[in-house]
Amino acid sequence: MTLLDFARGPALEWSLIIFVAGSLWRLVGALLVRRKRDLSEPRSRSTVAGGIRTVFSRMFPRKEFHSKTLFAVIAGYVLHFGLAITVFLFTPHILFIDGLLGISWPGIPNNLVMFAGVVTIATLVALLIRRMTTPLLKKISSADDYISWVMTLLPVLTGMMAYAHIGGPYQTVLAIHILTVEAMLIWFPFGKLFHAVLWIPSRAQMGAAMQRRGVKA
Amino acid sequence: MKEEKTLAERLRERGVTRRGFMKFCAATASMMALSPAMIPRVAAALQQAKRPSVIWLSFQECTGCTESLTRSHAPTIEGLIFDHISLDYHHTLQAAAGDHAEHARDEAMQENWGKYLLVVDGSIPLKDDGIYSTIAGITNLAMLKEVAAGAAAIISVGTCAAFGGLPMARPNPTGAVPVSEIIKDKPIVNVPGCPPIPVVISGVLAHFLMFGRLPELDALNRPKVFFGQSIHDRCYRRPFYDRGQFAETFDDEGARKGWCLFKLGCKGPITYNACATAKWNEGTSFPIEAGHGCIGCSEPGFWDKGGFYDALSKGTYGSAEGIALAAGVGAAIGVAAALGSRSRQAKADRKEEV
Repeated sequence: MTLLDFARGPALEWSLIIFVAGSLWRLVGALLVRRKRDLSEPRSRSTVAGGIRTVFSRMFPRKEFHSKTLFAVIAGYVLHFGLAITVFLFTPHILFIDGLLGISWPGIPNNLVMFAGVVTIATLVALLIRRMTTPLLKKISSADDYISWVMTLLPVLTGMMAYAHIGGPYQTVLAIHILTVEAMLIWFPFGKLFHAVLWIPSRAQMGAAMQRRGVKA
Repeated sequence: MKEEKTLAERLRERGVTRRGFMKFCAATASMMALSPAMIPRVAAALQQAKRPSVIWLSFQECTGCTESLTRSHAPTIEGLIFDHISLDYHHTLQAAAGDHAEHARDEAMQENWGKYLLVVDGSIPLKDDGIYSTIAGITNLAMLKEVAAGAAAIISVGTCAAFGGLPMARPNPTGAVPVSEIIKDKPIVNVPGCPPIPVVISGVLAHFLMFGRLPELDALNRPKVFFGQSIHDRCYRRPFYDRGQFAETFDDEGARKGWCLFKLGCKGPITYNACATAKWNEGTSFPIEAGHGCIGCSEPGFWDKGGFYDALSKGTYGSAEGIALAAGVGAAIGVAAALGSRSRQAKADRKEEV
C-alpha cells in the first residue's frame, strides 16, 4: 500500500469516523445543556428574536471597538472567504464531497482557487504575527490556538504545493496534503476549529439569554 | 547466435538508407532526452552495436505486451532494431516448440552466460510452490531463477512483471509477485504498462545497445526518460483542467469539445508514462486523445486503486457503515454528557435554593 493509498483509504475512513463521532458528541452535548437558573424575573419569555438578532449582529464590530478590532475583523473575513473558495470551489474537492455525500456544484478555474489560497496563507501569517505581537492577545492564547492555526495552514499549503509540483513527486505531496486534511478533521471537534459548527448555536444561545435578561446584545 | 554483423551492416542489407538511419538516431536521442550533440554519438554507437542475445520469458500474462510490441511496430525502423537483437527464446514468436524450444533456451544461456538480456513479461505465482503456472513442467519461479542467474540485466516488461499487475490484484489467488521480489542480485529495469508503449520497450533496448548499460531509473526502477513526467503534466487537455472545464459524461458537450476527463476518473495526475508524448499506434493517439481517461496502468496496484470511472479525488474506503456507526456513538456520548451535566446543575441549583 502506497502512502497515497493509505491516505485515500483507511486514514480517510478513520479520520471521518473520529470527525463525525467527535462533532456529534460536542454538538449534541452542547445543545442539550440546561439553561442557567434565572436569578431574577425574566424580562422576556420569547427569546427567538434575540437569538436570531445576535447571530447577525456579531458579524459586524461595534463602532466603539473599530480602532482595536477592525484589522482582525477584516482579516478574519478575508481568511474565511479565502478558505471557503479554496475548500469548496476547487473541482477535485467538489468531487471528493460528491463521492462522500452525493452532492455537487460547479467549480471555478484553478488560477482563481490558487489566488484565494495565496491570500488565505498570507492572512493566516498576518493573524499569527498579530497574535504573537499583541501582549494581551498573546497572553490569552493557548496551545489550542496555535495547533488550530497549524491545522488550518497545512492543508492549504500542501494543497498548493501539490498543485504547483513543489516538494517532491506529485502523488507523495498529494498524499501528504490528504493526510494533513485528515489530521485537521481529527483535531476539528476537539479544538477551537469547532467554532465552524458552534458559531450559530452559541451566538443564538447568547442572544436568547441576553434577551431573557432584558439586554440588547 | 553466431551473428557477427553490426547493426549498421544489417540495416543496410535491409535497405534502410543512411538518411533513414540518422532520422531514427535523432528520434531516439530526442525520445531519450539526449542533447542534439549526442546524435552522431548515438549513430556511431548504434552502427557498431552487435546483436545481444535476448531471452524472453512469459509467465502469468495475457501476451498483450508481445502483441503491443510486434503489431504496432512491425514496419518501422524500431521494429528492425528489435529484429536485430538475437531473440533466442520467446514462446509466442519462436518457431520451435516443446523440447526444441527449451533446448534453444539452454543453448542461448550457455553461449552467452553473463551477457544476455532477460526480458520477462507476466508475474510469478508463489503460492503452493508456484504450481499455478508452469512451462515444460518447470514452474515460473524455478525458470526465472535459473535464467536470471546468467543474465547481464533483466527488463520487466509490462505491469505484471514490473509490479504484479492483474494476477496480483486482490485477492491474488496464486500468490503472484513481480520479478523484483524474487531476483535481488541483478539490475532490473521496469517497463510497466498494460501493455507498455512499444517505443519505450525498443527505446530501453536501444539504450542498452548504444551505451552497453541500462538507462537512469526512477524510484520504481522505471527509465526516467520515459516515466519522468505524469500523463497529466504532458496532456494536451491540461489547459481545460486548469480552466475548470470538465466532461461530465462520455457523450456530453464537454466530451465533444475535448475537455478534461478528470471527473470521469482519469488517473493521469498520478500516472507516470510516455503515452501523452510517444503515443500509440505509431504516434497516432493515446487513450485520452481517443476520449477515455487514463486508467493508470503503469502504476503499482492500479487494479486495486478504486473504480476506473471514479474521480481521483474520491476516497477509496469500503463503506459508510463505520461513519454511520460513529454518528450514533458520538450522539449517544453527547446525550450522556449532557444528561450528566444537567444532573450536576440541578443538584447545584437545589443546593443554592436550600
